[in-house]
Amino acid sequence: MRFGRKRKGTTLSPKAREALNGYLFTSPWLLGFLIFVVGPMIGLIWLSFHRWDLIGDPRFVGWRNFERLFRDRLFLKSLEVTVIYGLGRVPLGIIVALGTALLLNNRRIKFIGIWRTIYYMPVVLPPVAISLVWMWIYNPRYGILNSTILQLFGVPGPRWLDDSALVLPSLMIMAVWGAAGRNMIIYLSGLQGISNELYEASSIDGAGYWRQFWRITLPLLTPIIFFNLITGMIDTFKLFTQAYIMTEGGPRNQSLFFTYYLFQKGFQQYQMGYAAAMTLIVFIIIMGLTLLVFRWSRAWVFYEGEIKRGDY
Amino acid sequence: MTVNIALPTSTRQHFLREKVYPFLSVVAIYAILLVGAVMIFFPFAWTISTSLKTEQQVLEYPPTWVPDPVQWENYPDALTARPFDRYYVNTTIITVLSVIGQVASSAVVAYGFARFRFPGRGIMFLIVLSTLMIPFHMLIIPRFILFKYLGWLDTFAPLIIPNFFGGAFSIFLLRQYFLTIPLDLDEAAKMDGANSMQIFLRIILPLARPALGAVAVFEFMSSWNDFLGPLIYLSSDRNYTVSIGLAAFRNDYFTAWHLYMAAAAVAMIAPLVVFFLAQKYFISGVALTGSGGSKG
Repeated sequence: MRFGRKRKGTTLSPKAREALNGYLFTSPWLLGFLIFVVGPMIGLIWLSFHRWDLIGDPRFVGWRNFERLFRDRLFLKSLEVTVIYGLGRVPLGIIVALGTALLLNNRRIKFIGIWRTIYYMPVVLPPVAISLVWMWIYNPRYGILNSTILQLFGVPGPRWLDDSALVLPSLMIMAVWGAAGRNMIIYLSGLQGISNELYEASSIDGAGYWRQFWRITLPLLTPIIFFNLITGMIDTFKLFTQAYIMTEGGPRNQSLFFTYYLFQKGFQQYQMGYAAAMTLIVFIIIMGLTLLVFRWSRAWVFYEGEIKRGDY
Repeated sequence: MTVNIALPTSTRQHFLREKVYPFLSVVAIYAILLVGAVMIFFPFAWTISTSLKTEQQVLEYPPTWVPDPVQWENYPDALTARPFDRYYVNTTIITVLSVIGQVASSAVVAYGFARFRFPGRGIMFLIVLSTLMIPFHMLIIPRFILFKYLGWLDTFAPLIIPNFFGGAFSIFLLRQYFLTIPLDLDEAAKMDGANSMQIFLRIILPLARPALGAVAVFEFMSSWNDFLGPLIYLSSDRNYTVSIGLAAFRNDYFTAWHLYMAAAAVAMIAPLVVFFLAQKYFISGVALTGSGGSKG
């Protein structure tokens, strides 16, 4: 390969030139971060102390938005719904994905590629389409689920999305259907990375499958489980499409997810300041939760490197 | 198959432990995997089945899986009830430009982080990582106001332009990949008189194709499937994306499940085709980072 000759006559030292190149190449990100994250963040804080319907001028209201928030039963409800959903959905997702990966991680199982493809398929689908399809499946009168229940047991099935006790579990099942494949692949690649020597050594010591699972497999997968926990938490607070398409937050606000309530306040009622204050509070809650999970993770997340450091 | 009863007990137990139990466990695993696969396919099958029924047949009890007669007209009916062709074109424009912007800008930035030393690099990269953990999607309120002042509302700009400034997840994935490319290659090219840009374009990029492919498919999915973004930023019907069109279509009728399912099936086609064509990028990309394409 031939390249043009180096240009002469620059006064910069090689080190300074390297730094300059570094700033140059990373500048798009820095610029984007300032425009689309830092700027809006400052705007968010400013807005949360104002009242604004997008039409007139913003009016300073001090802490009023925040005071209103803590008396807003719907806001508290939306936090409750989101947290309950997350507490069910995240562990359920981890168990299903890890279980499937364990089944596939077996020398005797053939066509791993095909199984992987099948399980991953729902992950790529548009959430709006998925929501419509599951709404139809869950339809209390004509849906395939209740028709089958009636056919098999002769009793009418529950009202799923229209039942305030069942709406969250119904949405969890749908979410696990849609996302388990993705996490399964992560676990599978983690499992394939565990060296066989560990299993062989423990076999010689007489350890059975379950003992190996608890003592070797699970500890080595804890970094992935931890990662899953964090992303699962963030995804829970992102949840919007299902609430918008399938339930509109109902029945009796039992699926009023936070982002959906934020959307209602901001883009249906145009209470920009109030919506901003709401975002800010939840931001702080999520940061707190993330820090807590990080702290807690030190007690159970296991990094292989640590052992090596101790051993040698 | 009958087990030879005349065998001594120890041999028989050995035979059970070595041959029969493993065989049974494999059968059990296949059975569970098969049940899982049926559960994955079940909603697809029900969608297709419903999309080919007449309105009366949709509401029949007991339900049938095979439509009779097969109502192919549902597809043209659903797709012309709203200008879905237009929605498809819009979504394609937004997605293609977003993918180009995301891949190009993230690669440039990742190269900067992977190959140059400069004051503040550590902190800057830490911020990139932290944006993976902090849900900045929550900034919809101030971003909406920003785009309003920029005059970008009801255009594709808010959905496309931010992608030209690199995405945290893509930068992270690409930087990790660039670090695995030996520095010797850079050095050799430098000896030949190549500058940083030439090294990036002719050495790093060609070698990083798997990672670039993974970034491209993840951005394709997140752009194509986005719902909240287009819902907030696009207001006139001619600018709708497939997802927004599908949501609006649902509100056009009280219940027309055969038509909804036809439209939903068509909305699933593009992502599924891309998935089957670019499968290896999805799988290796997900495995590569353990972060499964979820972007901050």
